[in-house]
Amino acid sequence: MKMPEPDATVLARRREIARALNAIVPGEGVIADRDELAVYESDGLTAYRQRPMVAVLPETVEQVSRILAYCNAEGIKVVPRGAGTSLSGGALPLADGVLLCMARFNRILDIDFANRCVVAQPGVTNLGITKAVESEGFYYAPDPSSQIACTIGGNVAENSGGVHCLKYGLTTNNLLGLEMVLIDGTVVRLGGRHLDAGGYDLLGLMTGSEGLLGVITEVTVRILQAPETARALLLGFPTNEAGGNCVAAIIGAGIIPGGMEMMDRAAIHAAEDFVQAGYPLDVESLLIVELDGPEAEVDDLIARISAIAANCGAVTSRASESEEERLKFWAGRKAAFPAVGRISPDYYCMDGTIPRHRLPEVLKRMAEMSARYGLRVANVFHAGDGNLHPLILYDANNPGELENAEAFGAEILRLCVEVGGVLTGEHGVGVEKRDLMGTMFSEADLAQQQRVKCAFDPDSLLNPGKMFPVLHRCAELGRMHISRGQIPFPDLPRF
Amino acid sequence: MTGIFRPENAAQVVEAVAWAAAEEEPLEVLGRASKRAFGRPVQAGHGLELSGLAGITLYEAEELVLSARAGTPIAEIEAALAEKNQELAFEPPDLGPLLGGEAGAGSIGGVLACNLAGPRRIKAGAARDHFLGVSAVSGRGEAFKSGGRVVKNVTGYDLCKLMAGSYGTLAAMTDVTVKVLPAAEKTRTVLLLGLDDGKALAAMTRALGSAHEVSGAAHLPAALAADSEVSYVREAGGAVTALRVEGTGPSVEYRCAALRRELAELGESEELHDRNSAVFWQEVRDVRPFVTRPERLVWRVSVPPQAGPAVAGALAQGQDALAYYDWGGGLLWLALPPSKDGGHVGLRAALSDCGGHATLVRGPETLRAAVPVFQPQDPAMAALTRRVKDGFDPRRVLNPGRMVAGL
Ligand SMILES: Cc1cc2nc3c(=O)[nH]c(=O)nc-3n(C[C@H](O)[C@H](O)[C@H](O)COP(=O)(O)OP(=O)(O)OC[C@H]3O[C@@H](n4cnc5c(N)ncnc54)[C@H](O)[C@@H]3O)c2cc1C
Ligand SMILES: Cc1cc2nc3c(=O)[nH]c(=O)nc-3n(C[C@H](O)[C@H](O)[C@H](O)COP(=O)(O)OP(=O)(O)OC[C@H]3O[C@@H](n4cnc5c(N)ncnc54)[C@H](O)[C@@H]3O)c2cc1C
Repeated sequence: MKMPEPDATVLARRREIARALNAIVPGEGVIADRDELAVYESDGLTAYRQRPMVAVLPETVEQVSRILAYCNAEGIKVVPRGAGTSLSGGALPLADGVLLCMARFNRILDIDFANRCVVAQPGVTNLGITKAVESEGFYYAPDPSSQIACTIGGNVAENSGGVHCLKYGLTTNNLLGLEMVLIDGTVVRLGGRHLDAGGYDLLGLMTGSEGLLGVITEVTVRILQAPETARALLLGFPTNEAGGNCVAAIIGAGIIPGGMEMMDRAAIHAAEDFVQAGYPLDVESLLIVELDGPEAEVDDLIARISAIAANCGAVTSRASESEEERLKFWAGRKAAFPAVGRISPDYYCMDGTIPRHRLPEVLKRMAEMSARYGLRVANVFHAGDGNLHPLILYDANNPGELENAEAFGAEILRLCVEVGGVLTGEHGVGVEKRDLMGTMFSEADLAQQQRVKCAFDPDSLLNPGKMFPVLHRCAELGRMHISRGQIPFPDLPRF
Repeated sequence: MTGIFRPENAAQVVEAVAWAAAEEEPLEVLGRASKRAFGRPVQAGHGLELSGLAGITLYEAEELVLSARAGTPIAEIEAALAEKNQELAFEPPDLGPLLGGEAGAGSIGGVLACNLAGPRRIKAGAARDHFLGVSAVSGRGEAFKSGGRVVKNVTGYDLCKLMAGSYGTLAAMTDVTVKVLPAAEKTRTVLLLGLDDGKALAAMTRALGSAHEVSGAAHLPAALAADSEVSYVREAGGAVTALRVEGTGPSVEYRCAALRRELAELGESEELHDRNSAVFWQEVRDVRPFVTRPERLVWRVSVPPQAGPAVAGALAQGQDALAYYDWGGGLLWLALPPSKDGGHVGLRAALSDCGGHATLVRGPETLRAAVPVFQPQDPAMAALTRRVKDGFDPRRVLNPGRMVAGL
C-alpha cells in the first residue's frame, strides 16, 4: 500500500511543530516521543503500521480550531482519530502528519429526553450514550460490535452499523446535528435538535466521510425507548440456498426483524467451540432472527417465522424462552471474530455488500477461491441487508501469506461489485479498499467526489491517502473542458 | 423561457447541460413541473424537463429495492409498490394541490430533490434516508454516479444525501434507486380531543417517548380539525391530537389500547381504523387544511419538538395566523395572511433561540423572489455551500437562484 510521499521539509521541522502545538495544547496534550507514539501506530487494521510525526490531544473546540488553522497555514497533514478501531485503516497515521486524537472529548453535554436526543462530545463511546440514558428506558440504536470501545465521532465518520440497523437504521439515520471544524479552523454547525437541517444536506455528506472533510467536535443523536420485549429464533438449514431463501421469504412476508444474522459452517463451528452457544453442528447455514416489540407482536411473529422456516426446510428451529436463552443464541455470533481468532493466528475481515439473492452463488465462488488461494474462510453476515463479513484465515509469520490473504480479499470484493453490490457496507474505504475504488466508480465519478473534498479541504491536508486511489489537485479538477457548438438535439421537440 | 429541452435519455441530458455550460445559458431543471412554484423563481432562458426519462427499471420486492428513471411519476411507483404491499416509508407528500396544481403529478426525482417526507418522518426518516443510488449530470455537463442498490454502503462520499434537498441546483438526476419497505398490515390512530397546544405537546411527547413505536403524531386546532373529511375528526367539536400506530394486527391492537390507557388522564379519546386513518394522515401529509385557503402564505417550520408551541405562539401574536403540528411538535405548518415581507422577519427571529429552519412553501412569485425562501445561513455555512455548488456547477447553469439569490 503506497501512502503519499512524506514531505521532507515538514519532517525536518518536527520539533518546531511539536512546540507550536504545545503552545496551543499545553502539558501532556502533545506527544512527540517516538516510543510513546507507538500506541498510535495502527488502528483496527493491524496489518498497516506507521508512527505519526506527532500526536496532539486537544480538549476544547478552540484548541481544535487553532491546531487546524496552524496546520493549514503551514501545509501540514492531519489525521483525526477516535478510538482507533477502524477496520479499514481510516485512522492510520502519516509519517509527516499530525495525529489529532479526540479521546479527551469524552463528555456527554446534554441529555434531552423531551426532545429525544443526546448531545455528546465525539470521544464518548457508542455504548456510553446508551448507558447515559438507559435509566429512563432509552437507548441509542446503532450498535456496532465494537460499541464498548469505538467513539460516536468515529461512528459518524464511518457511518457505522450494527445488527439492529436492519430495522432502526445506520448512524446516518440517527444523527440530528454536528459541530465540526474545517481545515482552516472555521467552526460550523449542521442541524441541531430538529429534523432535516435545511440547505444542502452536509450532515448526510459528513456521515461516512472518513475524516476527510472536517473534524467533528460535537454530535447530536436521536434516542429511542427500548422495546418491551425481545426474543430470538435459531434456525439451521442444510444448505446456504435454503438459509438465503428463508431470509427472502421472511422479508417477502412483510416482516422486518430487529436483527437477522447468518453464519456459515466454518463460523458456526468456530463459535460453538469457543462459547458453547448450543448451535447445531450438522447444518450448513445458521440464522439468528431477533424480534422485538410488545409481547403480543413478538409471539405472533415468532410463530409466523417458524412456519416460514419450516417451509424453507429448516432442520433446526428454536425460539428463545428466556432472556438468558436469547443472549446465549447471540453469544456465538457476537464472539464470532475472536472465535475465528482462536483457530487461526491471524484473520482478515472483509465487508462487502451484495444483493441478497446472489448469496448462494457468491458463497460458492468464495469456496472456489478459498481452494485456489489455499486459505480458509469463515463467513458471518448481516443477512437482512446483504452485508457480508468473510473472515480470511492466515498466518502472518508465513512469508507471503498476508499478501495472499489480501489478494483473496480483493477478489471477494471485486466479486461483490460484479454481482451488483459494493466494496464496503460499514467499515469504510480507508487505505484498505482505496485502490479498489476503480472497480465501482469511473474516473468521472471519483473526480466529482474529489470536487466535494475540494470544497472542504482545497489543499488535501485532512487524512490524505485514504479513500481516493489518486489525488488530483483541486485546480485541475475545477478546470472545465468546454466545447462550444451546436444547440443539442435540434430535431427533438423543445417547446 | 424561450425553450424547453425534453431529453429522452441520459446522454441527451449530458448534451443539453454541456451546451448550457459552454454557452453559460442557465437551465431551469424540471421533473414533471408539479413543484415549480416551490422555492425561489429561477431566471433561466431554457428549461430542462426530465419527464421523458420515465419508467421503473428494476423492482425486487424481496430485496426492498426499486430503481427508476428520475422523471417517473411518483404515482406509477406507488401503484407498483402497492401491488406487492410495499411503500415508500417516508410517505412523500403530494404538494400539487397546495401549490395550486393537480394531485398525483409529481416525479420521483422531484420528491428526492426536495427531500420531502410525511408524518412518518419521525420513525422512518425522510426521502434522504431511503435514497440509495443516483446517476446524475452535474452542471459541468458530466455524468456521474454515487451509491448503489444496497442499503449497507459506505463506499465513497454519500452524494445521494447531497442530491436530496438540493432542489436541482447541483445536478440533473437521470436514474435513482430507493429503498422500499413493506406496508403495515394494520393502522390505528388514537385521537385525543380538546387539548390545548401545551397539553397536546405533552401528550405527543409521552407517546413518542414510549415503546409503542408511534409513526405519526399531529395536532390540529379546532378550526382546522373542523375541515377534515374524517367524521370523527370533523365532528370532534374542538382540537384533535392524533397518534398513529402501525404494524401487525395483535401489535397494533395492543399498542393502541396501551396508549389510550396511558393517556387516559388527558380526557376523552377515540380511535380511527385503517381507512379513516389513511384519509386523515393524508390530509396532514399534503397540508390539506391550507389547500382550501389559497390566499394564505404557507410556511413549513422545523424546530426541536418542545419548541413548537412557543414558536407558534410568538408568531400568532397580533396576527391572524393558522397553525398545525406534525412530527410530535417538531414540524409546524403555518398559514399567514398575505403581507409584504411574508412574515419572514418575525418567523426567523422566533427561531433564533431554539434553532430550526423555516421554508416558504407557498407564496406569490414576487414575494418568493424578494424574501429568503429557505433559512438564511451564517457566513461560514453560506461560504461552504457556495464552494459545494462550485464543485458541481461552477458556471451556475442549473436552477440558478432557486435556493439562494446568486447561487
Ligand atoms: C472488533 C471490532 C468490531 C467491529 N464491529 C463493527 C460493526 O459491527 N459495525 C461497524 O460499522 N463497524 C465495526 N467496527 C469498525 C469500527 O469500530 C467502526 O468503524 C468505528 O465507528 C470506528 O470508531 P473509532 O472511534 O474507533 O474511530 P477511528 O478508528 O479512530 O477512526 C475511524 C475514522 O474516523 C475518523 N474520525 C474519528 N474521529 C473523528 C472525528 N472526531 N472527526 C472526524 N473524523 C474522525 C478517522 O480519521 C478515521 O478515518 C468494528 C471494529 C472492531 C475492531
Ligand atoms: C360498532 C362499530 C364501531 C366502529 N367504530 C369505529 C371507530 O371507532 N373508528 C373508526 O374509524 N371507524 C369505526 N367504525 C367504522 C368502520 O371500522 C370503518 O368505517 C370501515 O368500514 C372499516 O374499514 P377499515 O379498513 O377501517 O376496517 P378495519 O380497521 O380493517 O377493520 C376493523 C375490524 O372491524 C370489522 N368491521 C369493520 N367495519 C365493520 C362493520 N361495519 N361491522 C362489523 N364489523 C366491522 C372488520 O371486519 C375488522 O375485523 C366502526 C364500525 C362499527 C360497526
